[in-house]
Amino acid sequence: MWTPEIRHVASRKYAGQWREITGPAPVKMSKRRSAALTGAQGISLAQKLLRERLCHQKLPDQPVGLDSQYKYLLELLRRTAVHGESNSVLIVGPRGSGKTMLLGCVLRELMSLKEAQKNVLLVELNGLLQTDDKIALKEITRQLHLENVVGDKVFGSFAENLAFLLEALKKGDKSSSRPVLFVLDEFDLFAHHKNQTLLYNLLDVSQSAQTPVAVLGLTCRLDVLELLEKRVKSRFSHRQIHLFSSLSFAQYLDVVRAQLSLPPDFPDPKFSDEWNHSVTKLCEDKTVEEILRRNFNGSKDFRSLHSLLFLAVSRVSVSHSTLREADLIEAWRLISVDSKANVLHGLSILELCLIIAMKHLNDTYDGEPFNFQMVHNEFKKFIQRKSHSIHKFEKPVVMKAFEHLLQLELVRPVDSGVCKVQREYQLMRLMLEHGQVMEALQKYPQCPTDVKQWALSAFG
Amino acid sequence: MSRYITRLRMRRTYKWNGRPVGEDRKLKRQYYESMSISVEGKTEDATVSLGQYILIEGDDDDNPFVAQLLKLYTDDSGKKKTAVLQWFVRMCEVPQNKRKLLGRDPHPQEIFFYQDRSCDNEVDGETILGAVQIEYVPVQDPFPVGKSRDILFVKLLWDTKSFRALDPELMQPSQSPKSPPPSSRGPQTRALPTPDPSVMKRAMSGILTRGSMSTGKMSSSEAESLHSASKLSAAKALSAKRRSQAVSGPQVRKKLDLCSPSKNMSRDDVLGELLDERSEKTLTSKLNTSPTGRISISIRLTPLNLNKEECVSPLSSHSPDKPRMTAHDKDDAASVFLGVQPIEDDDPEPLINTGRTPRKREATPRRAGLRGLKARTPSRRKDSAALREPALAALAEEEHEDSPINTAATSRSKRKSAQLVSSRIKKQLNLLGNKIGLQSDGEDGDDDDCFIPSKIDLQSSSDEEEEAKIDSEDELIVKKHRGSGTSRSTEKTRVSARTPRKTPSKKTAPATPRTPRHATPSIPSRTAPARKPGNVLEEARARLHVSSVPESLPCREQEFQDIYNFVESKVIDGTGGCMYISGVPGTGKTATVHEVIRSLQQSAEQDEIPHFRFIEINGMKMTDPHQAYVQILQKLTDQKATPDHAAALLEKRFSAPAPKKETVVLLVDELDLLWTRKQNVMYNLFDWPTRRNARLVVLTIANTMDLPERIMINRVASRLGLTRMSFQPYTFKQLQQIITSRLNRVKAFEEDALQLVSRKVAALSGDARRCLDICRRATEICEHSGSQKNSSGLVGMSHVMEALDEMFSSSYISAIRCASVQEQLFLRAVIAEFRRLGLEEATFQQVFVQHQALCRVEGLQPANVSEGLTVCQRLGSCRLLLLEGSRLDLFLRIRLNVSQDDVLYALKAD
Repeated sequence: MWTPEIRHVASRKYAGQWREITGPAPVKMSKRRSAALTGAQGISLAQKLLRERLCHQKLPDQPVGLDSQYKYLLELLRRTAVHGESNSVLIVGPRGSGKTMLLGCVLRELMSLKEAQKNVLLVELNGLLQTDDKIALKEITRQLHLENVVGDKVFGSFAENLAFLLEALKKGDKSSSRPVLFVLDEFDLFAHHKNQTLLYNLLDVSQSAQTPVAVLGLTCRLDVLELLEKRVKSRFSHRQIHLFSSLSFAQYLDVVRAQLSLPPDFPDPKFSDEWNHSVTKLCEDKTVEEILRRNFNGSKDFRSLHSLLFLAVSRVSVSHSTLREADLIEAWRLISVDSKANVLHGLSILELCLIIAMKHLNDTYDGEPFNFQMVHNEFKKFIQRKSHSIHKFEKPVVMKAFEHLLQLELVRPVDSGVCKVQREYQLMRLMLEHGQVMEALQKYPQCPTDVKQWALSAFG
Repeated sequence: MSRYITRLRMRRTYKWNGRPVGEDRKLKRQYYESMSISVEGKTEDATVSLGQYILIEGDDDDNPFVAQLLKLYTDDSGKKKTAVLQWFVRMCEVPQNKRKLLGRDPHPQEIFFYQDRSCDNEVDGETILGAVQIEYVPVQDPFPVGKSRDILFVKLLWDTKSFRALDPELMQPSQSPKSPPPSSRGPQTRALPTPDPSVMKRAMSGILTRGSMSTGKMSSSEAESLHSASKLSAAKALSAKRRSQAVSGPQVRKKLDLCSPSKNMSRDDVLGELLDERSEKTLTSKLNTSPTGRISISIRLTPLNLNKEECVSPLSSHSPDKPRMTAHDKDDAASVFLGVQPIEDDDPEPLINTGRTPRKREATPRRAGLRGLKARTPSRRKDSAALREPALAALAEEEHEDSPINTAATSRSKRKSAQLVSSRIKKQLNLLGNKIGLQSDGEDGDDDDCFIPSKIDLQSSSDEEEEAKIDSEDELIVKKHRGSGTSRSTEKTRVSARTPRKTPSKKTAPATPRTPRHATPSIPSRTAPARKPGNVLEEARARLHVSSVPESLPCREQEFQDIYNFVESKVIDGTGGCMYISGVPGTGKTATVHEVIRSLQQSAEQDEIPHFRFIEINGMKMTDPHQAYVQILQKLTDQKATPDHAAALLEKRFSAPAPKKETVVLLVDELDLLWTRKQNVMYNLFDWPTRRNARLVVLTIANTMDLPERIMINRVASRLGLTRMSFQPYTFKQLQQIITSRLNRVKAFEEDALQLVSRKVAALSGDARRCLDICRRATEICEHSGSQKNSSGLVGMSHVMEALDEMFSSSYISAIRCASVQEQLFLRAVIAEFRRLGLEEATFQQVFVQHQALCRVEGLQPANVSEGLTVCQRLGSCRLLLLEGSRLDLFLRIRLNVSQDDVLYALKAD
């Protein structure tokens, strides 16, 4: 399964992302500004620019729609950096709501402050990478460059590392030691570590007169506080920054326009004018608006929007140098396609027949599991009574087709494989919705009519 | 030093030698002169006799206790052999935080004369391991090299607070009247040269005791402490009484004291008596002006001294070159006395810092002589002694210049002034050292220019030294001597030379090594210091931060008193005990205990109660319950060990009879984390205090009141005992008081606002941390809104309300409201399906059917399965839905994490 979590991490290349202080304005291009670009150059340049934007390679200039949260977080971190005040805060919001982006912008701003720049130490942890406290401690020690680090290796046992780190943090004091910012991405996963030792200790430091620290947790779980043990919870300051997007569709359209527009300092003004004009026109188009609305209804986060736009932008080529309505429609088709529909298209007629038989069984027995024998019987009935175009298949052949479906996970055993039942009698479930089967039949190339009829008929 | 182990493991039998030499009929005791110890497997018996230095079995195999045998007796049954001792301590027995007072690295064979009246000096005779050689080394001399590793050296005296120069006469056993006078009067040889103690004290005090500032001050402060010792506080008197009762009843105690008046008497006592006699007149003038006083002291001391040495010298086996040394010393001392007397008389003494100075001066030349003697060049020795006299005069003047400043500046407890003055003393001492050629101090000064002194005044002092160096020619001689010394001694001095640089700055205090590579755990320091709070709100915020330590803990007076009394009584009695403290988080448990310890440590500093060690462990700050042993051992003795080994060592330490042990107060925070299946960690923690000789007080903290009943097996719970205390959550009045006391007249809050916060928090949890955090957030909100509409500038109700809303309101409703259309529809579908099923759980397939139907109703294009699953997963990742079995695809089980009413409410208002 390609769960949102994994996709989330895969798309985030965030190491070092925050440390870039330069904005998205391309520096290299200014050289070529004087010379007018050829069409192909203009397109590739525009695509590069937009792809960087859509793939989260570059931080936006300003976080969209998160002004108050931005100010709050910046002020909080500034106080840690400048005054040495310890703090802890959680940034909570659904996936794709811009938590990392917000933090990145805040840190960029913070690091540009002279007072903070050289003073702040940053430690970044991710709950998906630091899966237990032992690894997390080593990582912290490594990132802080404490004295038990040689090269990239951290010496000592878990207990020693913990004692060492605590001792180090305890030694510092408010006014003279450098403040440490701990960024805990996927904060909720840290709460599952044994005894929550790491969280307790970090939060305890933040609540006592030791080295000033700011503990920043990023999470998408709304119930994250309930995960914390009560003494850990008591040490947390209960500051939460919620990122819920309350965009209306009109605002959403504006964002789309802004995301697709080329910046005014684009080297070829003629090209960028044309491009921007086409984008404005595109957004007014009814079909495009419909697609965008469907996307907006699905989720308000920008990550799904970006993947849609990315596909569309990639289709721009020399032959058509502007973004057209057809590009977006094709992109939407690719994005919204049902994952299993493609699998069904590749099945043989026999396999499709077996799936129809299973669907009928499901209808008859109200979703109760079935076994191969039942499916085979159903299939035989169909062959005997109605079929004209389908030949009779040997049982082993049918069995082979069934096993193929099993491998494709369109069918799954009820209890995973431990039973000693003969294969024919093992209980199975169909992993397809009624609608999915019907849709696949509609789109199946050269599907025999009697098979279609059979599928549409109420009972077998 | 594993050589003791074999002795320990073997069975030993103890026998009296000869007939009893005395008897105390009232106490039914018979005194003996010596005892023989026969060890299994060895042919000859070891014999220990009075005055000899012996090893006593202790908790550490490698370092058994060292003591001098003063008395041996048996009670009427004749079975129990008891020895009365004068203890010595090794460096490893000195509390860790006090070790740096020594100001140099200890010699591996160095021990200290132990002076602590609260220490029991009677031990079971059968714990004696055997005799050991101890050699007295005068303070300014280097440790002899090339001698056997079995010989221990004593140079200084440790009185539980500071290292002081040891009066050599103390090295002789104080005789009890009952014990027989030594029969053989040997030749009148003195075992060791005896420099005047006060001089050494004077010389050492600057380096060693940071607390005592100058000689003048020190003498007076000493007198003061003696004075305070004479008029015991009520508590102390009580405790003394209690202690004596514990031993053998008041009457017996009195008898004990009668029969051995000098048993417990240390030098301080003698001096105290002397001083008390004359307490009517001012101390300093008396000591200073009447030469008879001074003379009487020296007269009184010397014969006593000689007597004692006589009786010891035949028994104790000293180094072979001793007779030669003493012979030299004798005539040396005589000549010195003659030589110095005139200088002293010429000098008009200032009133403040003397009483000691004359005596010092009379001794310094003697030491100079000694130095020559050490080098074994008699001819040069005379020269140097002669050369030094003019230098001494100059020194005297300088001292007078400095001493008034010193005396004016000081108070023991004031840190900064103490540092200032100690650095000044160091300066002075370096000067002194250069001129007289004191071994240790002189080197201090010399080596100083190899290091860059961190403070300006140190810099200037080294400049002065440079000048002084040029002046004094004999410095060269001294240097030559030193050059002939071994590499080890130079190494040592390097360390000692570094100390003055280190002591003034608190931050560079030597770190305890944690990792094998001796890495120092530290966070790099920032380039510029943190900014101080600028306005009232920032000030208030800083004060309201949980980390800021309040001056006092309001609203926990009763608990404070209870814990204080408990710990104090245990410390005074020298017994052990457990206490269990419970309470919900944020009710001030740990803070109160720390406060108690802080004030107990203060009173220990002022000598009102005996000293104790405080050790803290936290169940959350260790990776495994068994690490508790490791941490305790490390904090106690600075040893590193595996958990099992540490447990064994601790077990031994707490069960072995070790009379001079300090009481250890152990705070175990987050006790429940120390739970193991067999509960042996908890068992040990609670069992140790019950041992007779443990002197361990265990304070345990956890959150739940019924923890002992809930998780502890019977034998653990029973050892924990019934001394329990529970911290109630704060009431709103208390919370209000806490905030008010923290703010301490910084006017930043409206009265109503404070009340609202405290009422709200009290109703929810009574957690003071929460309360402070809300107030802090409210000041931030106020600061932001204040810029827009300038109201009173105070934090008002609206700000507090906003902060409360932020922290306490559930975010589910707003999350649902901000969800996308499909997500909202899906939630609705979930509820619809639940209603249809009458269950609180459904599969994705079932919900999806509802979802598609709803889409059609709403006029939206129905989503396909992939989209539906994405929506479902997204709701699951926010935990609006609880999803189970995400591998099951269509058969994903869905439950709601919010109440249905909340969902409907959120969706309706939309």
